[in-house]
Amino acid sequence: MSARTRSLRVIGATGVLAVCAMLAFMTLDAGGRWDFVLPFRGTKLAAMLLVGYAIAVSTVLFQTITNNRILTPSTMGFDALYVLIQTTFVFALGSEAFSSLDRRIVFLIEAGAMIIFANLLYRMLFSGAVRGLHLILLVGIVFGILFRSLSNLMQRMIDPTAFVALQDRFFASFNAVDQQLLGVSALVVLAASVAVWRLRHVYDVLALGRDAAIGLGVEHRRAVFAILSIVAVLVSISTALVGPVTFFGLLVANFAYQMIPSHRHVFVIPAAVLIAFLVLVGGQVILERIFAFDTALSIVIEFIGGIVFIVLVVRGTAR
Amino acid sequence: MIRLAAAVFGLVALAVLSLFVGVGSVTLSGLLSPAANGNDWELLLISRVPRTLAIVFAGASMAVAGMIMQMLARNRFVEPSTAGTADAAGLGIMLVMLLAPDLPVFARMLIAAAFAILGTALFLAILRRAPLRSPLFVPLIGLMLGGVIGALSSFLAYRYDLLQSLAAWTTGDFSMVLLGRYELLWICFGLTLIAYVTADRFTVAGLGRDFTTNLGLNHRRIMAAGLTIVALVTALVITTVGMIPFIGIIVPNAVSLAMGDNMRRSVPYVALLGAGLVLACDLLGRVVNHPFEIPIGTVLGVVGSGCFLYLLLRKRAHVG
Repeated sequence: MSARTRSLRVIGATGVLAVCAMLAFMTLDAGGRWDFVLPFRGTKLAAMLLVGYAIAVSTVLFQTITNNRILTPSTMGFDALYVLIQTTFVFALGSEAFSSLDRRIVFLIEAGAMIIFANLLYRMLFSGAVRGLHLILLVGIVFGILFRSLSNLMQRMIDPTAFVALQDRFFASFNAVDQQLLGVSALVVLAASVAVWRLRHVYDVLALGRDAAIGLGVEHRRAVFAILSIVAVLVSISTALVGPVTFFGLLVANFAYQMIPSHRHVFVIPAAVLIAFLVLVGGQVILERIFAFDTALSIVIEFIGGIVFIVLVVRGTAR
Repeated sequence: MIRLAAAVFGLVALAVLSLFVGVGSVTLSGLLSPAANGNDWELLLISRVPRTLAIVFAGASMAVAGMIMQMLARNRFVEPSTAGTADAAGLGIMLVMLLAPDLPVFARMLIAAAFAILGTALFLAILRRAPLRSPLFVPLIGLMLGGVIGALSSFLAYRYDLLQSLAAWTTGDFSMVLLGRYELLWICFGLTLIAYVTADRFTVAGLGRDFTTNLGLNHRRIMAAGLTIVALVTALVITTVGMIPFIGIIVPNAVSLAMGDNMRRSVPYVALLGAGLVLACDLLGRVVNHPFEIPIGTVLGVVGSGCFLYLLLRKRAHVG
């Protein structure tokens, strides 16, 4: 069997499983109140799919430009950076002015700022000044801690009563998905997907490494800038919708590499996306319906993802 | 000698300042005037003095604990919060709250210390299995292990509605310190003294197992003693005020940049600088958003991760 047919089979099987998980999520224990259950679960499902898609695609692309299977946008502090941008925005405007603004416009401005700052952070980490994978990882993680602490500090400086009123408006989680943002995020994801599609011929070449890619005629700098901007936008979407989820991208990307017997992005990206759907929706079904823990999905992902990360680093798959 | 005197003087000055800064006003005239109604004295003795002592003890002992860990692990970037120790202690506290909420504070602290030892042992076991590639590998694994243990605690906290207690130990905060609520930290003071007296042994142990045995010392026993001190200090600080991150990395590194690695000579400086830094950050937290307070964990999160980045990115960083 060729690598192509095997890859297609894996993708097909994951797709079927993911659809089953979605059906289970929509229908199990509905209790007959379809007029309530369908829209309620539908928005939640839509959010999970958007987030899964955004995290899977952004992680695989990020690992392609960094030539590495351990670095992910979230371990490098990108989603902490987005939270910092959000907090700075509220802090600079004052909570009253902030609450009178349209959420969707705020989100677009934040995503724009994220493109600029994510590119700056990337330049800083990967320009060659920071040498060695372990140093890059550690510096990325500590940058993440710094961004989180700065956000915390600013949140403490905002008047506490005003802050409580704002809190759920800008701290999302899997259980408190921001509904207002669903529509605009779907549009942005669509735009990002068009950009991803237009660059489709570049990824496999970039994965060969910087020098090989330049030798084969890829404008490396521009391609990296474009891809990194897409990554920044996708990270903004997932963080705005459900907050930071550190290890999810690492998990799905590495599952996809393990299962797909090919390095080609035509196979890897769809597989990663479908695995993300399956893990998120299936995990939610299992936690909600079988264990009756509804809040814990992101914590469980952190737990398993952290262990996988340690195993990956210890085994030295970090190249 | 002059340097030591300057350090002591600086710490005393900060401590005196700490007595007079806060939401309620304590003034010298209020304390000394014969017409005083005693309010100022009451505030001073019940809140400010305990708070200042707690800060000094916690800061000094955490800095020294970080130094001991760095000696024993032979790595500049380990400390309780980058080795799984702190998160393991927190998990211990979480389990005590769930299973035996009526245990007295002291027993709770001992269980947290036992977990801290287990967590550190797990960390060392993982390191032993991994072929050591670079010194940075060590804190990397430690931070991640801490994250995994922390995820376990947050899972329990979510499940059993203990999120507030979780926040109490993940973010250090001295604003709740009152007379009667901080006295456990005196033990930290004692442990710091013990570390000072036995400092030479840790320096020797830091030179390796063979070297230590050659000098007629029991390497295993020194390791065990050092890790016990670290675990006890971590558990004591976490149970009374919550986690104070990064002190154990920044302070010993700063001192060793200035005066090398003789632990006996640098312990006093590490202790003084640790206490001074925590005091300064706590004062900053009290002043910057007056009348609200910013907890020390948050202030040090910013200051500490900034300094840590500096240490990592410093030109020609001689890590190891």
